[in-house]
Amino acid sequence: MLESFDLTPFVLSFKLAGMTTLILFVLSLPLAWYLSQTNSKAKPFLEALTALPIVLPPSVLGFYILVALSPNSTVGGFFEDLFDVKLVFSFTGLVVASCFYSLPFMVQPLQGGFESLNKHMLEASYLAGKSKFQTVLNVALPNIKPALMTALIITFAHTVGEFGVVLMVGGSIPGETKVASVAIYEMVEVMEYGKAHIYSALMVGISFIVLLSVYFFNYKQRKKFGVL
Amino acid sequence: MIKIDIRKALYGSFGEMQLSVDLHIKKGEFLALMGESGSGKTTFLRILAGLESATGEIEVENIHWLQNEKSLPPQERKIGFVFQDYALFENMTVEQNLLYVNHDTTLAMQLLKMTELTALAKQNVQVLSGGQKQRVSLCRAMMRKPELLLMDEPLSALDPVMRAKLQQEIKQLHDTFGTTTIIVSHDPSEVYALADRVLVLEQGRIVKDNLVEEVLRGKTEGLHYETEVLQLSEISDTTIATVLVSGELLEVEVDEAVKIGDRIEVVLNPAYRGSGS
Repeated sequence: MLESFDLTPFVLSFKLAGMTTLILFVLSLPLAWYLSQTNSKAKPFLEALTALPIVLPPSVLGFYILVALSPNSTVGGFFEDLFDVKLVFSFTGLVVASCFYSLPFMVQPLQGGFESLNKHMLEASYLAGKSKFQTVLNVALPNIKPALMTALIITFAHTVGEFGVVLMVGGSIPGETKVASVAIYEMVEVMEYGKAHIYSALMVGISFIVLLSVYFFNYKQRKKFGVL
Repeated sequence: MIKIDIRKALYGSFGEMQLSVDLHIKKGEFLALMGESGSGKTTFLRILAGLESATGEIEVENIHWLQNEKSLPPQERKIGFVFQDYALFENMTVEQNLLYVNHDTTLAMQLLKMTELTALAKQNVQVLSGGQKQRVSLCRAMMRKPELLLMDEPLSALDPVMRAKLQQEIKQLHDTFGTTTIIVSHDPSEVYALADRVLVLEQGRIVKDNLVEEVLRGKTEGLHYETEVLQLSEISDTTIATVLVSGELLEVEVDEAVKIGDRIEVVLNPAYRGSGS
């Protein structure tokens, strides 16, 4: 059984999670900052929109992403015609879908972290002649380390655990879209419980280690600054 | 010369009111801003710093910081701002807090020496005491080489001994750099020890603008200070209380019913002024 143990789905899962985390961090940073600083009437609307993936069934989200990215749609057609990139049943499509699916897990901790900062500290940076970008980079981000770690690691872990959206948008193409969660589902379907056990145990172990590292880091941070 | 003529609608503790300040400040002058909570003192400082919008005009050494709708952002105004809650960059050391503003190491070292913080230069600011944090905040504000130094109740969270020490350091920094300064304070002894001129703000308008002695002078000929009794002693059936006024320890005769920690009013002869000034 172990000879036929294929690590490719795990590699794909981690590659997908890594790329999604990186892209979402860059995209979410300005959004989270804006949401934390604005009093605009658009704020509740944007917050609700950002949080939608938490409450929507993955099948609903997957269905709409599939429709939006298909070659017959404006977006899907645009990417296929202009860049020759297929967005459904491809790894690229999975990354795009994962970015929608995991968006709240990156935006919400970052927004919460920024909102908890002392407003005067940010103003002191502006008064020191620093731009908003310099302030975010040099003052805001280093002072929300626990929130930053939570955002990065939970987004990563959440993407690794993705199933419904991945299956709907990517299907199960070996080496392309067949990630670990989909591989486990297929093993159970064909009653290969032994393999399913190994894959699942690996997922449980990795997920626990990831979560433990977040909580341990946050515990150490609080201890360092005398909160505990 | 700094010319200020600003207006802003405010919703303070007295309901809706109009902040309207028309003021000229000479270069190097040390102004104290007094007034009840909600009278617009903090908003006035924040407008000067560019942290809040207003209409009107602010002209500093022939440069318009505010002119009708056109307003320079805080980054382009040469302002030093000392917040009541210190607002230090908590991810940095004392030295880094100063050098973040300006990479002038010589100035940073000079300021740290003047405020006796040299030994703490490499310490993270989170481990400092309140007094030390406020001194770092003061040094950081001076690193900008500001045209105008604004201090919003900088000493109100500190104990009396630390307040007295910082008053002397603020005075020393002002004497050395000659920075035009505005301090918001509720404490007459602090105002008396530091300022040349006092403005009293009431419901958004300046109701008094005069030399410190004139504004602080009470109904009698003396100057009135409210202070805490630090120590009591008995000398020939007379109760003597030790109090802190204008950064100096004074011994005054009090009623025998007075206890340590009581707040009493001390009236000084106008001719008396502490050695810190």
